[in-house]
Amino acid sequence: MQAFEYASPRNLSEAVRLLSVRWGESSILAGGTDLISAMKDGISTPKRLVNIKQISELGGIEFSPRNGLRLGAMVTLRGLLDHADVQQHYPGLIQAAEGVRSEQLRNMGTAGGELLQRPRCWYYRNGYGLLAMHDGKSLVPDGQNEYHAILGNSGPAYFVSPSGLAPILIALGATVTLHGPRGTRRIEVEKLFVTPTRVGQREHDIQPNEILTEIRVPYRAGVRTATYEVRQKEALDWPLAAAAVALRVEGGVIRDPRVVLGQVAPVPWASPEADRALSGKRPSEDVADAAGRAAVAKATPLSKNGYKVQLARIAVKRAVLSAVQQGG
Amino acid sequence: MRKKREKKEAALALSRRDFLKGAGVTVSGGLLVGSSAAAAEAAVSENVVGPGPVPITLRINGENHRLSLEPRITLLDALRDHLNITGSKKVCDRATCGACTMLMDKKPVYACTVLAIEAEGHDITTIEGLAKDGQLSPVMEAFWKNDAQQCGFCTPGFVMACTAFLMKNSDPTLEEIEKGLGGNLCRCGTYAGIRRAALEAAKAMKGAQIHG
Amino acid sequence: MASCKYDWPPAGQLGLIGKKTDRIDGPAKVSGRAKYSYDINRPGMLFGKMLTCPHAHAKVKSIDVSPALRHPGVKAALVIQDVGSEIQWAGDEVAAVAAVDFATAEDAVRLIKVEYDVLPHLVREENLSKDGDRAKSAGEQKVGDPDKAFADPEAVVSEGFYGAPVITHCCLETHGNVVEWGGPDSVLTYSSTQNVSGIPSQLGAALRAKKINVQDGNIETICQYIGGGFGSKFSIDRWGVVAAELSKQAGGKPVKLMLDRGEDLEVAGARPSYFGHVKASAAKDGSITAWHSETWGTGGPGPSGVPPVPYVLTGIPNIYKKHTSVSTNIGPARAWRAPNHPQACLMTLAALDDLAAKLNMDSMEFFKKNILLAPTYLVKTYQEEFDKAAELSEWSNRWHPRGDKTPGHLKRGLGVSFHTWGGRGHAGSCNVIVRPDGSVTVQSGTQDLGTGTRTVIAVVAAETFGLPVEAIQVEIGDSRYPFDGASGGSTTVGAASAWTRRGSVDALNQLFAAVAPSLGVQPNQLEARDGKVQVQGDSSKSLSWKDACAKLGAKTIHTMGKNPGPCELDSVGVGGVQVADVTVDTETGLVKINRLVAVQDCGLVIDKLTAESQVYGGLIMGVCYALFEEKIMDQTIGRMLNANMEFYKLAGIGDIGGELIVHMMTGPGYDNRGVIGLGEPPVISPGAAISNAVANAIGVRVSQLPLTPARVLAALAKGAVA
Repeated sequence: MQAFEYASPRNLSEAVRLLSVRWGESSILAGGTDLISAMKDGISTPKRLVNIKQISELGGIEFSPRNGLRLGAMVTLRGLLDHADVQQHYPGLIQAAEGVRSEQLRNMGTAGGELLQRPRCWYYRNGYGLLAMHDGKSLVPDGQNEYHAILGNSGPAYFVSPSGLAPILIALGATVTLHGPRGTRRIEVEKLFVTPTRVGQREHDIQPNEILTEIRVPYRAGVRTATYEVRQKEALDWPLAAAAVALRVEGGVIRDPRVVLGQVAPVPWASPEADRALSGKRPSEDVADAAGRAAVAKATPLSKNGYKVQLARIAVKRAVLSAVQQGG
Repeated sequence: MRKKREKKEAALALSRRDFLKGAGVTVSGGLLVGSSAAAAEAAVSENVVGPGPVPITLRINGENHRLSLEPRITLLDALRDHLNITGSKKVCDRATCGACTMLMDKKPVYACTVLAIEAEGHDITTIEGLAKDGQLSPVMEAFWKNDAQQCGFCTPGFVMACTAFLMKNSDPTLEEIEKGLGGNLCRCGTYAGIRRAALEAAKAMKGAQIHG
Repeated sequence: MASCKYDWPPAGQLGLIGKKTDRIDGPAKVSGRAKYSYDINRPGMLFGKMLTCPHAHAKVKSIDVSPALRHPGVKAALVIQDVGSEIQWAGDEVAAVAAVDFATAEDAVRLIKVEYDVLPHLVREENLSKDGDRAKSAGEQKVGDPDKAFADPEAVVSEGFYGAPVITHCCLETHGNVVEWGGPDSVLTYSSTQNVSGIPSQLGAALRAKKINVQDGNIETICQYIGGGFGSKFSIDRWGVVAAELSKQAGGKPVKLMLDRGEDLEVAGARPSYFGHVKASAAKDGSITAWHSETWGTGGPGPSGVPPVPYVLTGIPNIYKKHTSVSTNIGPARAWRAPNHPQACLMTLAALDDLAAKLNMDSMEFFKKNILLAPTYLVKTYQEEFDKAAELSEWSNRWHPRGDKTPGHLKRGLGVSFHTWGGRGHAGSCNVIVRPDGSVTVQSGTQDLGTGTRTVIAVVAAETFGLPVEAIQVEIGDSRYPFDGASGGSTTVGAASAWTRRGSVDALNQLFAAVAPSLGVQPNQLEARDGKVQVQGDSSKSLSWKDACAKLGAKTIHTMGKNPGPCELDSVGVGGVQVADVTVDTETGLVKINRLVAVQDCGLVIDKLTAESQVYGGLIMGVCYALFEEKIMDQTIGRMLNANMEFYKLAGIGDIGGELIVHMMTGPGYDNRGVIGLGEPPVISPGAAISNAVANAIGVRVSQLPLTPARVLAALAKGAVA
């Protein structure tokens, strides 16, 4: 790991002042579970780390039916899992956090950091950049792409978005608040994620001197949620495909479904096709299966990841079935 | 307890400032990190330290250790390389395998991925802190008696993770144990013994508390 | 009845041997007190770090370590591979530094300047037609007339493709050493090694080749605990020699040079791959008539090794086999627990399981019928083990013909496999010391890889002296103790139990000679049991162990036990049968283990607890390579993509399945053979057993390990169950 300066500010404004306007110069240290490893691998070499753990306004979980859920960015996954209101009202969010099958990571990793972690693409992690470029060409299409994108991969980006929380948060219409030198802005979680189209572009809509401060999740009575991950290992491992679903069942039919896939595209992949396949239908295995098929109808698998199309389809199907089987 | 910690944190912050003044260090960007905008900002903050060694006090197994470490030194390396506390192992060094598991304020963390400087002001418990005066803890005893070890290199990490898990889950099912210990890896294949050991330790630990 | 004075006591007189004894070094390990080489911190110790080559095949064009040497805190730097050296794999070492701390060493390595001429490389070998002149024949063999046998119109013929990729050792303690010079001509190494007694001569020869004069006798190697070896840690390795050179350059200061995880996975351990087409035939009654295999594999730049197929069933009357070794630019192969056997087992027993399916035969019945083709001395063992494995796996209730017809996406299946291994004790020795105060010490330059060597020594000595295990002090892991062979090939328990027994019997006889006069009998009328030395058949005439030893006066008994020696204390050749019971989710291709059964023979068991642990360990390591492990190389960049523990996947505690059943074959016919090693055998069969179980569940063969969702779904797409 290369040497760096370190600061541990007590408030947001000080933290923002300590951050550089340029990427690569400073990094925010939250849970550190991704950043420290990336620094050891030499793919992140900040000259300064700004530890935001001491900033109390970044903590806390509050819930009310009126205001929904507010998660401080520095709430740990364990903190989220242990919160009674989250358990009661957002089972799909609990299931997503449970996907991080390591108590150590749950204690260290934060909600904000979970959203902002960098992709696990092994070309990226081996120093070839987000777009896996080598001699002016992406290494992915002819290389080892077994874990790469099957959707949203028509451009130069083939990595998959690693976030486990983002799909369910997007399905629930959550927003994040970003605090920067010019104040705060609030954007939908869905908009936080972008697919890079050129070398040097990040996969998050965030500035180097902006801090993700909180996540807000609306509450709607009767919403059922579920996250389903297809995982090769029961122990700590990255899912091969995941799907999150939020929907209501009214009068025996599905209303306002929202299906978002994870681990299949450079961004969490919202599937309006799956939503349409569910909307107004009576819940059944066939309907869930139809949603899965619709979600992957436009998949464009690479040479070694065709199997992920099937896994994504099944993840959607099982997430839908899990959601509809919940009590109202 | 909490008050005490706050007091200590304040003292630490103060000592850091004192160090900076006393050592005559001007944290000027030009000197340390080149002419970056970030560095220029540094001048306004007296809380920026490093990249050179910084005085750090770590509270490990109830004892304070004063060290001078660069901010890039991890908690694991601080203990293993600077304090000769070597029960926690360096295996994956990337927050995956659990061999470095320590308790930070009684919660298990991967010490390979915690900076020593971040650990200031927290109570760190290592495997050495669980076995007081050569007495094996109930989890250690169960690991030994169930032969939940072969080469033994993953064992301290598993014992730490298992101890923390049982503190939170006093009457676990096998499935809960398997989920709870999913952040640790073994290569020799001792999981069958670990499953038995965890179940047995759960019984032994009921009502008991960990040391430190 | 004992026919030789060193024989094992007869079955009825065994007190400790064969029982479960807790690991004597268990408390040190579970409490973190055990000091591994990686844990050694010496006064003034420096930290070493190497610069490795990023190219899979290249020549060093220029190299300059002087910027590193000028870096503050750096005490030594050297070129490992100078200008003109040809590098054959990415991750190979080219230069090294030693500095006051690890971070400084890392900084310094970044300052080293190297230029390479990059050469063409090959790092993926699974498609033989693309391997070109990298593929070289490793021999072919013909027995009988296979063409005629296959042409027989009555023959049932099955053909298939099978394979397993290169996997790594992934020892949790990476390779490395702490090395220091105690003076101009003496070296001390703390090495993570399976070969304590062998390291000094290796290091001495390597240093003398570099004109650094040191005699082997002045090199001491210590390894009290080792965090895994599995066959990858027999050598001092280049990094060990480099550590000695760095230390020398730094005035003899200790240098710790351990590989990091990425380096370890990339260069310090690989099991050769094995791919091939197999054709096998049987008569209608199920008797195997012919075998034809054309196989290939890579072990890196060197030869791949030739797995012994057809495995175990060597008596198949008509055989043709041909193997091709593919030279690739990946880190070189090292012996991996039961070298070549897991691959040969998979190739053979998967192919023959497919033949059984084609015959519509129960595979257990099929293998039982053909077990007469195995070496004669193993036939009875296998027959008994098949029956035991069938019983423990509920084979007759649970087995079904290929393809679980149960509705739904969860398909269950059973598969069987079997294996063999040698396991005779290697050459080695120990000191046995009995002191007038009654204390007993056994010393040997052996090592305990986690297999239980220390405990085995203590059990054998305690059994011989009639003492509790705690009374025996075991000192191993130092090359200053009597020589013992490397721990590889399941040779340690046979050796250690034999040399401990011989040294202890000799020591006891000396004690009897000292004690006999005071009890008024001849020495040969004495026995040692229950903490006493007593007259045989008359326990009223006895001395406590302590009082008996006091009769030694000022004399300490000091004997040396050696293996081999007179009397057959150890033996060779074991058999084992395993059954896997799996469920496959046909929607996701995920394989879950319901149950694994291992029935294993290893002759006389010394410590049943650690013996069973070896078998559990073999099963679990088998699950790892059957389902998860693969060294994934990228052909364009020539590098390993998953040189970390995140994507070099090992099973976690939740991945090993519901139930593991281990049954050791003991009693008459087994115990009286003597001690046979056990480390390798149980890891051989899981790949074949699990692959066969998956085929039984889903009705189609998944041709290659690991059995990932991608491969299972691809196999299902070709021909699935209804």
